[in-house]
Amino acid sequence: MSKDLKKDIKEEYEMERKSKDTIDGDLATLNLGPTHPATHGIFENVLTIDGEKILDSVQTVGYIHRAFEKIAERRPYNQITTLTDRLNYCSSPINNIGWCMTMEKLIGCKVPKRVDYMRVIIMELARINDHLICNSVIGVDTGALTGFTYLFQQREAIYELFEEVCGARLTTNMCRIGGFERDFNETFHTKLEAFLTNFPKIFTEFDNLLSRNRIFMDRTIGTGAISAERALNYSFSGPNLRAAGVDYDVRVMNPYCSYEDFDFIVPVGSNGDTYDRFQVRQEEIRQSLSIIRQALDKMPEGKHYADVPEFYLPPKQDVYENMEALIYHFKIVMGETPVPVGEIYSSVEGGNGELGFYLISDGGRAPYRLQFRRPCFIYYQAYPEMIKGQTISDAVLTLSSMNVIAGELDA
Amino acid sequence: MGKVTLDAKVETIDGQGFQLTRLDKVIGAARANSLWPLPFATSCCGIEFMATMGSNYDLARFGMERMSFSPRQADLLIVAGTISKKLAPVLKKVYEQMSEPRWVLSVGACASSGGIFDTYSVLQGIDRVIPVDVYVPGCPPRPEQILDGIMNIHKLVSNESLRRRNAPEYKEMLSTFNIEAND
Amino acid sequence: MTKTELTNDSFYNSLQEQFTSSIISKEEPFGLVTIEVDSKKILNIIKWVKENTSINYLTLIGGVHYPESEGREFALVYHLHSLTENFRIRLKAFLPKEDLKIDSITSIFSGADWLERETYDFYGIKFIGHPNLKRILNEDSMDYFPMRREYQLEDATREDKDDTYFGR
Repeated sequence: MSKDLKKDIKEEYEMERKSKDTIDGDLATLNLGPTHPATHGIFENVLTIDGEKILDSVQTVGYIHRAFEKIAERRPYNQITTLTDRLNYCSSPINNIGWCMTMEKLIGCKVPKRVDYMRVIIMELARINDHLICNSVIGVDTGALTGFTYLFQQREAIYELFEEVCGARLTTNMCRIGGFERDFNETFHTKLEAFLTNFPKIFTEFDNLLSRNRIFMDRTIGTGAISAERALNYSFSGPNLRAAGVDYDVRVMNPYCSYEDFDFIVPVGSNGDTYDRFQVRQEEIRQSLSIIRQALDKMPEGKHYADVPEFYLPPKQDVYENMEALIYHFKIVMGETPVPVGEIYSSVEGGNGELGFYLISDGGRAPYRLQFRRPCFIYYQAYPEMIKGQTISDAVLTLSSMNVIAGELDA
Repeated sequence: MGKVTLDAKVETIDGQGFQLTRLDKVIGAARANSLWPLPFATSCCGIEFMATMGSNYDLARFGMERMSFSPRQADLLIVAGTISKKLAPVLKKVYEQMSEPRWVLSVGACASSGGIFDTYSVLQGIDRVIPVDVYVPGCPPRPEQILDGIMNIHKLVSNESLRRRNAPEYKEMLSTFNIEAND
Repeated sequence: MTKTELTNDSFYNSLQEQFTSSIISKEEPFGLVTIEVDSKKILNIIKWVKENTSINYLTLIGGVHYPESEGREFALVYHLHSLTENFRIRLKAFLPKEDLKIDSITSIFSGADWLERETYDFYGIKFIGHPNLKRILNEDSMDYFPMRREYQLEDATREDKDDTYFGR
């Protein structure tokens, strides 16, 4: 082609492009949700985009608002455990045990050491459960579907362990005020040993797929970053805050349930981006496995419940023979046990951060006011700030790395 | 043995031969074994649905390998989880966008009847806004129960008459939900 | 003021020195110092707390409705935490039902944004200075504030559940 012809074509192209710019000069609005394959849960984000770059976003939540706090004002104290199941349903035993510990603090009950160690094992299994979902879903959102299938099969092993203890897989209703409803049996120990032997190998395989994978690292390093000061200002907690560089873990700061007996490290990231969140959760899974091993090795003998007959159901044989046991059984089941008056705030380290229970009791059969401090609700506010200036695919990845669980978001 | 040659002029019926069946049985079998589901998973039942999709309970062996997230390309709407009153118009819009023939599977107690959440903000069952074919109870249902629900859907799909979606009774049923029938 | 070792009493004393007229009462249920403050000074108090002590983390904001107490029907409860010294406090501000307004603390803590919207959604407490005070969890068209004690849990218009069987 001659030089003049090339110049003509180039000029024509530039003119056409300029005219397109003036016609399509406005910004576009893209609706990410509420039903979207990549948002795991129902949240709506209306993005204002310039090409692929996100300038602003408006969030709508509340699509699964089930009025937990209003229901809690009606239910007797032992029935609220079933409500707490459905907050962060990926790690429901942690919510259950947190609620039971709040009640035990209110009534002034001290549980035996064996119960503490059993609770630690169950809570760490639930934490592994939650982090496995989050990490495999980060893999899925970058396009790596294999990790998802590997890890979900391992989660079935954890579900079987929960079934041995309480009979349910997901919404476990695990704990009772005062301890557990039954002790761990032989099958549980066998399955737990098998899990602790088999799982680390599969987990290492998953880690090898993603952790040092060039594509994964390119996609996740730098996306959805938040600095430690902004994260603290937004009241972040849990793995998201630890990835930003602040080592706040409720298990270390306000130890509950004999966590001070165990030796574990709290992984902390540096940039607060998606890669750091992924790695923090990976390391927390390894630390949880170590805690479970320590708890199993050091498990003390004893009863699996504390001596609080007003709250803990007596054995059924006693109910048939003993008058007192019959009365206690009746009162607990009908929910007529009196509870001391007071207000208490108690928190545990949930899968996503500090899960708190603010309870005001007026001595009646149901709480006067129960408020759940839900970590997801609080840190999801920072999402527009985290995705500003990034592309749409980064926004999707940031959302899945923050592990926003819809049940905890909307309560 | 010598070679066998066929006379080129003789017309023979070679190969597998003919099968004699009814058209709606073939279409029913084809539809049932290749349903493309649209998972509308909101809460806890969604995690059990993900476990059903996983390799242990494996939904893919029933032809549901590809989850379609676009309503236009989906046959089966699987509603798993609580539907609140805020979400009900969204659900209805998604259902209206699906093209015929379409089926709805309601997984879990919350989707079937509101579940344990008898409150001011929860829709007491999705059959208040869209017609439902199979209900799977449970809170959450085990993956085997969800598979049983899908087997029932398969039964419905393979036995459905080809004229059902154009019949006036069907259109009347849709109009009780204030849904326009798709053509 | 130098950041000193915080205890319930030392914190209460330093707060009292600064804001004598706004502190109304002090309690320590289960060891957590709970201070009732004047609702009109809440912004200044929390700002002082954040700048002069190591308490820099907002844990929770919630509302409570006491329909029986006259003039103090609504309570706002702020839970704050010092991460470096592991010290928690609780501040309470009471509001009468005729004048349900209080300053918003979103300028101090960005995390208060949605917590205050949730309190508005449930109780109707208006936060002055909030950037976007709309309902967050319920539908926008809802015309009452559901967590108030006078409203019942169930939907008033439901006709499919018979109350005689459902033990209300």
